[in-house]
Amino acid sequence: MTMDNRRKILMVVAALLAVLVITPFSGSYVIVLVTHALIFGILAMSLDILLGYTGLPSLGQAAYLGMGAYLTAVLATRYQFGLDWTFWVVVVLGILIAAATAAFFGLFAIRATGVYFLMITLALGMCVWGLAYRWNSLTGGDNGIVLPPRPEFGIELADDVTYFYLVFGFFAVSLATLYLLVRSPFGHSLVGIRENELRMRILGYNTWLHKYIAFIIAGGYGGLAGVLWAQAHGLVSPEDVILATSVDALLMVVLGGPGTLVGGAIGAGIVVFLREYLSTLVPWWQYVLGGVYVLTILYLPGGLMGLPERIRGSRMPAAVAGEVKSLPSVSH
Amino acid sequence: MDTNFWVIQAFNGVSYGALLFLLASGLSLIFGVMRIVNLAHGSFFLLGGYVALTVIWTTGSWLLAIPVAAFAVAVVGLLMERTCLRPLGFDPLRQVLLTVGFAYLFQQAALDIWGGDNLDIVPPAVLRDSAVVGGYYFPMYRIFMIGVAVAIGVILWLTMEKTRIGAMVRATVDDAEMARGVGIDTSRVSMLIFALGAFLAALGGVIGGAFLGIYPGLDFAILPIAFAVVIIGGMGSLTGAAVGSLIVGLADNFGKALVPEVSYFTLYAPMVLILALKPTGLFGRE
Repeated sequence: MTMDNRRKILMVVAALLAVLVITPFSGSYVIVLVTHALIFGILAMSLDILLGYTGLPSLGQAAYLGMGAYLTAVLATRYQFGLDWTFWVVVVLGILIAAATAAFFGLFAIRATGVYFLMITLALGMCVWGLAYRWNSLTGGDNGIVLPPRPEFGIELADDVTYFYLVFGFFAVSLATLYLLVRSPFGHSLVGIRENELRMRILGYNTWLHKYIAFIIAGGYGGLAGVLWAQAHGLVSPEDVILATSVDALLMVVLGGPGTLVGGAIGAGIVVFLREYLSTLVPWWQYVLGGVYVLTILYLPGGLMGLPERIRGSRMPAAVAGEVKSLPSVSH
Repeated sequence: MDTNFWVIQAFNGVSYGALLFLLASGLSLIFGVMRIVNLAHGSFFLLGGYVALTVIWTTGSWLLAIPVAAFAVAVVGLLMERTCLRPLGFDPLRQVLLTVGFAYLFQQAALDIWGGDNLDIVPPAVLRDSAVVGGYYFPMYRIFMIGVAVAIGVILWLTMEKTRIGAMVRATVDDAEMARGVGIDTSRVSMLIFALGAFLAALGGVIGGAFLGIYPGLDFAILPIAFAVVIIGGMGSLTGAAVGSLIVGLADNFGKALVPEVSYFTLYAPMVLILALKPTGLFGRE
């Protein structure tokens, strides 16, 4: 491990500790906001595995969040399951059902490349939305499902600070495991596929299988975010799986910096802040959100995480600075 | 479920398909020529409806509202293409996010200008009647929608097949690099097609406004349906857009009437299958 890498890890850990220590002493609204940001951070990091590392821009990541969230809501309201220690079982089931959905969807999606991958993941996401919106007897249709109070098993998750600690724990574990994943030989093969799939195939890699597994893993983490989101929000509705949620997840990754994991989490923080906080302050908040989209695309090719390198790059001759990590091209 | 049900549902499906054709033919051409997933296309539809309302409120003329709205939104599309999309070059992901950004900006602007109410475009009295054929009542307005779609379809088809500019567009759809090689200004073709797509979507918005209403959120509600049409029919193909519109219009109507709980699923699942099996769609060019 290089010094540079160790320094980056230390910085991330320090930032996480700061969030962990400061948040509980903030206002109750801030605690809720940070909790939501961490949940969407998990979703964004799951998408980063696809977009940033494998070069697969999924336009349907909200589907997996939806699977986890609806599973949680249906189990809680119909079977009173997951209201005590069985919450942990729901977490596992939520991850499994989302991963299974991804395994099924992946059979259709993985073959597609470039703009067709965008389209097919959009269509798959819309399938889930269509069921959520219309399958009234299961999903409650447009009204969605209101969840009972959060689980209680010795500790009361109904308390927002306690729930924040729990979500923080899941976020930290997700970040750590995903980091190990991208540092593993498997993670390196994903980057190889992103850079040049044909070359990887010639080298003997089964690139379809590698992409397929990445797709399933991303789905599983999306499902985890869904379980946490259902409990955080207390309501699961088709709004959670609309196209805008999937697109927002893409923006989080691109805004923060694809292929960095933590970038997606930073992007999630910004988007959640705009959607949930700014929208209560000013009626014209969508100008800001739209503006962030447009400006990110036009002026921030490497995302926020790419900024330090860009600033350093502009001071040094290009040859010394090395190449600036920019958005993986998804053309084919 | 008697004949009456089937006749009325089929007619409703075809007329809804006619509206979808106006929206999706432009989207299909944009996709075919530029390979852009334009998530602002629903916004063009919605803006068309809103601009038409303003024209109707100020001049009282419904007939005038149609061209004014279509041309105004075409200009918006043209500016968007020139200032932001063109400089990006070919990069599907960044293009798609850029169009989303614009969709949000348009949404906010529409909310500021026209408010959050559900508005209606009221067509002239003659179109509010019904025609009686063989004992069935067919609303004149739906017949009018079908007529407009057929007329636009014929004009587009003649333009694409018989004119020089149409040949340039077809060449760009088939192979943009080759088209550039033989001296076609594909940048200008893209600009024209994007403006035309916005024009057609806005036209759809004016026509559809009397039928769906005009309200915030209509943009993202109608957008995925337009994509279903484009994918099922095939990108960049007018015939595909026409057939796809009919299929989706009918599937949507019969789906909602017969299997309401899975009615949207019956739209998007075929879209997935076609993308997986024949990504160029039923009528797309290979």
